[in-house]
Amino acid sequence: MNFRKYLVLAGVTVFAAAGDSMLSHGMKQTGSISPNHLQGVIFAILNPWVAIGILLLLAFFATYMTALSWADLTYVLPATSLGYVILALVAKFVLHEQVSPMRWLGIALISGGVGFIAGGPELTEHGQDGELDEHCAIPTAKSPLLAKDARNGAPTGVEL
Amino acid sequence: MKAVYTWGAILVIVLASVVGDVLLARAMKQVGDVGELRRRVGVFGVMGRTLGNSNFLFGVAAMAAAFFSLLFALSWGDVSLVAPAAASLTFIGNAVAAKIFLHERVDRRRWIAASLVAAGVALLAG
Repeated sequence: MNFRKYLVLAGVTVFAAAGDSMLSHGMKQTGSISPNHLQGVIFAILNPWVAIGILLLLAFFATYMTALSWADLTYVLPATSLGYVILALVAKFVLHEQVSPMRWLGIALISGGVGFIAGGPELTEHGQDGELDEHCAIPTAKSPLLAKDARNGAPTGVEL
Repeated sequence: MKAVYTWGAILVIVLASVVGDVLLARAMKQVGDVGELRRRVGVFGVMGRTLGNSNFLFGVAAMAAAFFSLLFALSWGDVSLVAPAAASLTFIGNAVAAKIFLHERVDRRRWIAASLVAAGVALLAG
C-alpha cells in the first residue's frame, strides 16, 4: 500500500458519503416522486444538489473500481465503511442531529472493524502478493518460493 | 406473512448486491491495476477495457437490480428493518462469496472486520 492507494480508498469513502448526503438533501427539496409521474425524475436531476450528488456518486464508482483493481473485495468493503461513520459525525456536528448511544456503539464497531483489516495485506496472493503486486497486475509469481518472498515483503501488521 | 415478504425482499437485495460486487471485483482484477494501466494506455484506454469487460457489465446490471429491488422493498416494507438488514447482511454475504468465488484469503482478521462492520452498520441504520 502506498500513499496513492490510501488516497483512492479515502476517495471511495468520502465520495460515497458526500454523494449520498447531497442526493438525500436534494430529494427532500424536490419531494417524493410517484410512479405515475416519472417525469418528476427529470425535475429532480435539475436540482443542483441532486446533480452534484450524482457527480459525486460517479466519482465514488470510479474510485471504487480503481480500488478493486488492486485490492481484495474483503479489504475494500470494510476499509471504506468509514463513510457511515463520517455520515454520523456530519449529522452530529454539522446538522446538529441527535446521535443516540446505539449509534455511537455502531460507530465504534465500524471503526474497530476498519482497524482490524488496516494492518493486513490488501491482496490475496494468487501466486502474487504485496510488494510484488505493486508493480505487476498480471499474475506472474506462480512458484511457491516467489509467493513466499512476496509475502515476506508485504506490509503485515499484528498477526492473529 | 408480511414478515416473509420483507425478509424475501431483503434476501433478493443481498443476493443481487453480492453478485454485483463479486462480478465487479472479478472484472477489475481482469482489467488489472488501473494506475499502472493508465500510464500505459491512458484514461480512455482504461475506460474502454473496463466497459468492454462482460463481468463488469453483468456486475453493473446486478447492482442496478439490487438498487431497484431496494427501492421496491422500501416502498412497502419497513424502512428501519430493510435498509440496515440489507446493508449489514451484504457485508457478510460478500465475505462468504469472495472466499468461494474470488478465492480471496478471508482470514480471521477479515471475518472479524466484516462482522464488526456488519454489526455497526445494523446499529447505525436501525
